[in-house]
Amino acid sequence: MIKAIGKPIEEIIELVKDYETLLIAGCDGCVTVCEAGGLKEVNVLAAALRLYFTQAGKKMQIDETTCTRQCEREYLDPLADRADQYDAMISLACGVGCQHLAERFPEKIVYPGVDTCFMGVNLERGLYAERCQACGKCILAETGGICPIARCSKRMLNGPCGGSSKGKCEVNSEIDCGWHLIYERLKTLGQLERFQQPVSPKDWSTSRDGGPRKIVREDIRV
Amino acid sequence: MRLQYPANIKIIKVPCTGRVDITHMLSAFEEGADGVFVAGCLEGDCHYLKGNLRARKRVNYVKQILDKVKIGGERIEMYNLSAGMGGRFAEIAREMGTRIKELGPSPINLTEGRRESHIGEEAA
Repeated sequence: MIKAIGKPIEEIIELVKDYETLLIAGCDGCVTVCEAGGLKEVNVLAAALRLYFTQAGKKMQIDETTCTRQCEREYLDPLADRADQYDAMISLACGVGCQHLAERFPEKIVYPGVDTCFMGVNLERGLYAERCQACGKCILAETGGICPIARCSKRMLNGPCGGSSKGKCEVNSEIDCGWHLIYERLKTLGQLERFQQPVSPKDWSTSRDGGPRKIVREDIRV
Repeated sequence: MRLQYPANIKIIKVPCTGRVDITHMLSAFEEGADGVFVAGCLEGDCHYLKGNLRARKRVNYVKQILDKVKIGGERIEMYNLSAGMGGRFAEIAREMGTRIKELGPSPINLTEGRRESHIGEEAA
């Protein structure tokens, strides 16, 4: 799932300080799971902003809501009736949801309330780690189910670089060397012969190098 | 025991301080509390194992928020004491009451149209 982290309150205060009516819109999807932009985080941010502006002597109406998924238009439609009431909106959804909210209400000012970080897993509550970079051409079948694009700092394709030491990456000793993990996994699977086979250069045109991407599925389009 | 503690403290009982959420603590300040203290069991003595430890983390988080929104993190505190420590409870109540009196009313209560200040407290 997409992982995000809440923006510092002071940054949000600076963004919205000149408005009088504000809607904070959370998302019940990924950002609820990583506790960055769900209903509870919406409540906390709204309470914090109300405290700040009240003590500053400024009257501000701050309303709270969440959508099932801000990245789907159907779930934004219920906001259409009330969007006009607000000077601005803060989206606590990921960058996708925030942009989609702005697309749905083009006349409204929409600010992000979270920093969207990566696609990853919940290692435990409050501990998330990157696992996929959406390169558009999955090579997990060749690498023992561990992605060198997401797990290797250099996105190496043929094995570890010289910076790999005792299973750790030279970028940071807390980062596991992706290729060390791949080697250990392939050894467990009895597939170390994969290292004998040269890997063809990766076609990065399916990644960001090909510009903004789009999927067109004519088979399921309505 | 007939121990005396400040009469302007409102006690909110919860089954465990693990139930006390960030939103509850912020709500208390929004409602006009000048200060809040969370009284949990002694560390290591939680019936639910980690309730009081989680409460402490949340109180520390709320302290950071209160500092950022200019209310002041020193207006909230976490204490650990057992149900048998009535004397300590009264002492904490007086200690917190004194701290809040020294700080003065919450900035929320100094703005126009707000009701008279009072001290709020959460205890478990």
